[in-house]
Amino acid sequence: MLRIPCPHCGERDFTEFRYGGDASKIRPRHDSTDARAWQEHVFLFDNPRGPHREFWQHVLGCRQWLVLERDTATNAVGAARLARPPELP
Amino acid sequence: MPSRYSALALARHALTGKPWARAWRSADPKPSYDVVIVGGGGHGLATAYYLAANHGVRRVAVIERAYIGSGNVGRNTTLVRSNYQLDGNTQFFEHSLQLWEGLSHELNFNVMLSQRGQVVLAHGPSQLDVLARKGNIMRLNGIDAELLARADVMRLLPYLDYSPTSRFPIHGGLLQRRAGTVRHDAVAWGYARAADALGVDIVENCTVTGFTRDGDRVTGIETTRGAIAAGRTAISVAGHSSQVAALAGLRLPVESHLLQAFVTEPVKPFVDHVISFGAELFYISQSDKGGLVFGGHIDGFNSYTQRGQLPKVQSVAQCAVALIPGISRLRLLRHWAGIQDMTPDGSPFIGRTPLRNLYFNGGWCYQGFKATPAAGWCLAHTIAHDAEHPLNRHLSLDRFERGNGFDEYGYGLWTYRQ
Repeated sequence: MLRIPCPHCGERDFTEFRYGGDASKIRPRHDSTDARAWQEHVFLFDNPRGPHREFWQHVLGCRQWLVLERDTATNAVGAARLARPPELP
Repeated sequence: MPSRYSALALARHALTGKPWARAWRSADPKPSYDVVIVGGGGHGLATAYYLAANHGVRRVAVIERAYIGSGNVGRNTTLVRSNYQLDGNTQFFEHSLQLWEGLSHELNFNVMLSQRGQVVLAHGPSQLDVLARKGNIMRLNGIDAELLARADVMRLLPYLDYSPTSRFPIHGGLLQRRAGTVRHDAVAWGYARAADALGVDIVENCTVTGFTRDGDRVTGIETTRGAIAAGRTAISVAGHSSQVAALAGLRLPVESHLLQAFVTEPVKPFVDHVISFGAELFYISQSDKGGLVFGGHIDGFNSYTQRGQLPKVQSVAQCAVALIPGISRLRLLRHWAGIQDMTPDGSPFIGRTPLRNLYFNGGWCYQGFKATPAAGWCLAHTIAHDAEHPLNRHLSLDRFERGNGFDEYGYGLWTYRQ
């Protein structure tokens, strides 16, 4: 069982979470009209075999979005932090 | 050259005790080929076979990292069918099913196609309407489809849960009699043997480490067994498409996920069709050895581990028991996970790439096995003519940037939902 260390709730089964994809992608500016940049952001994936930074939402817990470090080759889980910048309320 | 398999040959070998010749040569890579196919799975081997058989391209090599049949061609639930409703998919998968129907004779290798029929169940009137529409689309394309009322399903599949308390009451279904199962290992071996007989080199234990390029043109590959020049190169490595494409500098609309399949202990024959549950993604059939073979959704997050997560074992088993309560005491004998390319629209890619003389086949989501013959057939055509066949024109790699996502199930473009 994949276990995710939630900063609020502690270590929980991954079934309490919703997977949210690659967290290392940088979203184009909202008013960007660069179609290629949007295409790359929405549709293309690095899909690495190895270290991966990814979003998870703790839907059956604190409901916060997290960024988790995980190795896709072994499923070994590293640190998790809140996805929102810490200075925000 | 291996001898032709026949009843006569069987009798001759039985009487003389003469050992059978090996089914294909163990080839060492030559310095150059007309076409190099990266990936010795079902699709790669089929591509090599159709290049040689249909297009007369004989200087072909299939480069496999491990051994033939070690990947997804041996990690599926062996189902074949052609009940698809989007124009393009309907014809492609019907072409595949027709190739399956002639495959044992064409390859002179018994792939044990068993057209036992597949029933997709409807658990409400609106779902039955959707199946009626799909059945009509199939019939308009000359494909067999029969809409079943609840009473028909009860006669055909008496062992399902028809009790008044069933969580998902069965309202009817859609039957395709020509659908069924195939012995998956035989597909890899049959294509390998037939391709080898036409002069294709099958190189096992050879890992691709890079592509050689001249500007935007791919001129060959680098491997752990030396460099190989190639007129044209194709990638067909489902599960590791992103890694191999990255060696050529390409980023793909693909994420790798785990799909699990399950086999129970063997029991007497009783599931005589392929059955698809309508309330969840779940499909079940019974193998010739008696084990019930079934599968469900992907695990839900990207991974290359080839080891599934236990919660999915539980939810798939729940589907099995909701559908057929009588199997609740059966024990699981084996389960395994294949690495599956998931794409944003749930449809695969067969076609050219931004690099000249490089072709890509992958992104098969749940449908790779049943597509094996048609995928190889279309990829071979695309390589031989440097142009897509009408059957795979809708599966181009650049369809998202052109706004032409191809979403059979209408989920919307969301990779880990498909």
